[in-house]
Amino acid sequence: MLLRRVSDWPRWGWTNPLEELERMKRELSQGFGRGLWREPTAGVFPLMNVTEDKDNYYVRAELPGLNADDLDLSVTGDTLSISGERKLPAEDENAQYHRREREAGRFSRVVTLPAQVATDKVQAQFTDGVLTVTLPIAESVKPKQITVKVA
Amino acid sequence: MADVASKALQAKEKAEATTPAEQTRPGLVFTPAVDIFETDKELTLLADMPGVKAEYLNIDLRDNVLTLDGEAQSPEGPGETDVVREYRIGNYYRQFNLSQVIDQTKIDAELKDGVLRLRLPKVEAAKPRKIAVKG
Repeated sequence: MLLRRVSDWPRWGWTNPLEELERMKRELSQGFGRGLWREPTAGVFPLMNVTEDKDNYYVRAELPGLNADDLDLSVTGDTLSISGERKLPAEDENAQYHRREREAGRFSRVVTLPAQVATDKVQAQFTDGVLTVTLPIAESVKPKQITVKVA
Repeated sequence: MADVASKALQAKEKAEATTPAEQTRPGLVFTPAVDIFETDKELTLLADMPGVKAEYLNIDLRDNVLTLDGEAQSPEGPGETDVVREYRIGNYYRQFNLSQVIDQTKIDAELKDGVLRLRLPKVEAAKPRKIAVKG
């Protein structure tokens, strides 16, 4: 079983210069409207897309053929863990295979989000083989408007 | 088969399709991973097409060429911006030459959780038949 932390995501409090460089590179590429493309790392499953809006992070993964029961999700602070097993049901024992490209197996992945999330409000949905986890950004890390009072 | 079940899955980048026909639609086209197996009665095809809804999937069989054409709808909302992108969303396209004679009226397709299951029953004439030899 594989366990890998995606450590090169933007994260507050880290001052690794290489990471900082990577972050700048990503910001630059975003500036050119190309989005953030990350080469998939070997040995990681599933591949994930992470997006954000004002209130939430959205983590998505393509997991065709899985049921909600085959998945195990947990969240702590700013970390999301996904593990599970993809099972391919046994077919007719007399079946003669011409092609066998789909794979079964176990997987486990831990991702660190850019900020803390409200763990009690996290929701997960599974539609057409695509998992979507909606993680509301914690109120404590959201920017707050401060009004200046005139004395 | 216990060792197969406990195998760790490895992510594979989706393979871009090399279609013989020129693309007229925008977007990427991928080759879906398939399993094809055959029994005496039928041919079964399983294809991984995550993100494709039944109404956006076209299955076509003519002149023994089976074409799968699925359009994946992005689940992302309009207000979302990228944080990390590891996989791409696009369409699925794949063609197969079927050597067996398929009974076109009995083809049955089911799309569930992003997996297409296509049953292609063989015509009666193509099924092996035992011939009793009288002594």
